[in-house]
Amino acid sequence: MKIIVSIKRVVDHNVQVRPSSDHSAVELAGARMSINPFDENALEEAVRLKERGIASEVIVVSFGDSGVQESLRQALALGATRAIWGQLPAGLEQPDQLAVAKLLREVVQAEQASLVLLGKQAIDEDAGQTAQMLAALLDWPQATAVSALEIEGEKLKLQREVEGGTESLEVQLPAVLSADLRLNAPRFAKLPDLMKAKRLPIEPFDCAAAGLALGPRLRTLRVESPAPRAGGIVVSSVAELVEKLRHEAQVIA
Amino acid sequence: MSTLVIVEPGSHPSASGVARVTRQAVTAAQHWGQPVDLLVLGHTDAAAHTHIAGVRRVLRADAPHLAQPVAEDVAALLDGLADDYAVILSAHTSLARNALPRLAARRDVGMLSEAVALLGPTTYQRPIYAGNLLATVENTPGLQILTVRASRFAEAALDGQAEVQAIVAPAADGRARVTARQSAGGERPELGLARVVVSGGRSLGSAGQFNAVLSPLADQLGAALGATRAAVDAGYAPNEWQVGQTGTVVAPELYIAVGISGAIQHTAGIKDSRVIVAINQDPDAPIMQLADYALVADIFEAVPELVRQLPAKV
Ligand SMILES: Cc1cc2nc3c(=O)[nH]c(=O)nc-3n(C[C@H](O)[C@H](O)[C@H](O)COP(=O)(O)OP(=O)(O)OC[C@H]3O[C@@H](n4cnc5c(N)ncnc54)[C@H](O)[C@@H]3O)c2cc1C
Ligand SMILES: Nc1ncnc2c1ncn2[C@@H]1O[C@H](COP(=O)(O)O)[C@@H](O)[C@H]1O
Repeated sequence: MKIIVSIKRVVDHNVQVRPSSDHSAVELAGARMSINPFDENALEEAVRLKERGIASEVIVVSFGDSGVQESLRQALALGATRAIWGQLPAGLEQPDQLAVAKLLREVVQAEQASLVLLGKQAIDEDAGQTAQMLAALLDWPQATAVSALEIEGEKLKLQREVEGGTESLEVQLPAVLSADLRLNAPRFAKLPDLMKAKRLPIEPFDCAAAGLALGPRLRTLRVESPAPRAGGIVVSSVAELVEKLRHEAQVIA
Repeated sequence: MSTLVIVEPGSHPSASGVARVTRQAVTAAQHWGQPVDLLVLGHTDAAAHTHIAGVRRVLRADAPHLAQPVAEDVAALLDGLADDYAVILSAHTSLARNALPRLAARRDVGMLSEAVALLGPTTYQRPIYAGNLLATVENTPGLQILTVRASRFAEAALDGQAEVQAIVAPAADGRARVTARQSAGGERPELGLARVVVSGGRSLGSAGQFNAVLSPLADQLGAALGATRAAVDAGYAPNEWQVGQTGTVVAPELYIAVGISGAIQHTAGIKDSRVIVAINQDPDAPIMQLADYALVADIFEAVPELVRQLPAKV
């Protein structure tokens, strides 16, 4: 079974982001970039399936500028068997989720993969849409926010996180899944593996040649910092806290 | 044209049989100034929803496979209805997050996740980067598909008189199937809906202490319990209690953060709370800047003391 793992290169979660000076976009110049954390879970799960002999290949795919090659090499060091870089054509440097899903469909079909693992959301735009859109485009079943996964023949038994609890699902292969952080604890890349990955090929995917209508449907007009919450006060004792909650905030009787 | 609002199946009904988030989503739906219909799935009480003010019609799709619906079936059902609607909207619930992107791709349109403000017919504001930034986003004209952060909208009144119309759902897809659903809530109110939320962090030290320190406080306030990811990962609290960017976004009247540092991924999920209380021994913890009332104290002393000083449980 071939597995495709889709990874997005995003601003590292520890970086405090700001709007650009003209407020047209997010200021990304010089920001430290990483693999989207949920995509690390997706990759880890795929690599484990390979190690257990269930998957034959784990192909990582990323769409973005030349910087994504670094993330792809990291994924190779973590156990992916092949890496595909989809360089985005001019005018589509910021693809929306539907555009990424359409590009991914091309790769999935070309590779004849039977399982696709994505992250449940990319922590830059926090959209959480691409996996579901890809599943629709392929007309495959889906499961999002997967926190546990077992494969029995052509059937996946999995758990996903929903509000107020957990849902158990059975899903027929081929399928599209999105990973929750709880799915596993990703390993760290070892230095020798990172060195080795430097010499491995990264296969280009020609996004423009696919001849797709890629929109984008969504356009960002403005980015700003939210109004901060009005500053609070420091209370000196539990008694003062209770008094404030009762008489000032009036949230307790 | 009109607007369609999706009602969660059996979604935590209050006394009225209508979830707060549904009433809030109906208010958001009025933004387009066109008739608003509701879609009720499975055995959820359609009649109760006819009382929501400003609703024209309640579409009732009652099929066995929609009682615990999967995205495949919800998207197919909505696809069949979409020609009659200019806007399809829902609160940002698991069901909608799962099904609406699937619908959007079937219709070849873009989708907006978790809008916090509706600015024009196709223009929205939504949080990005864990709520560190707000983006104004324009969608292409045509069918608008979106989820909204319900807590940003007032609850629609319950003095309406809509009619119920039964509709036929397509047959089950069958390739994905819900086999069980486990809830972790117990007797407490649901996290995303509770009036008061008491959350604990890594500092609680063990599952036993998490429970021993926080349960009495939650009991007394009728609160839901929440947790940081660090507390969940350490096994002190179940996954479903995680509050934040990648957990539940809460917006209670009162949020009490007990021994929580206030990482942005956590505070992303609590900023809409009306009153935030933080109890932490470190006066410089980020949560102390965000809190309306910050108490510098050891939680193992302050929380039991708070329980003693609060009014007896009613
Ligand atoms: C992609 C990603 C997504 C994430 N999503 C989430 C999310 O949704 N929700 C979430 O919560 N986190 C999330 N995190 C994790 C987040 O970054 C923090 O690591 C986490 O919130 C920290 O939890 P904490 O406050 O319990 O622990 P810590 O940061 O360790 O803080 C413990 C606090 O307790 C205080 N303390 C210790 N002992 C006592 C005592 N006896 N009395 C009083 N105070 C005491 C300390 O001063 C400290 O401030 C995410 C991280 C990543 C990378
Ligand atoms: N540019 C991209 N390249 C590769 N994968 C992506 C890209 N954008 C999104 N994805 C995948 O889609 C998931 C969900 O992203 P989103 O729908 O934007 O929140 C991510 O976790 C990735 O797995």
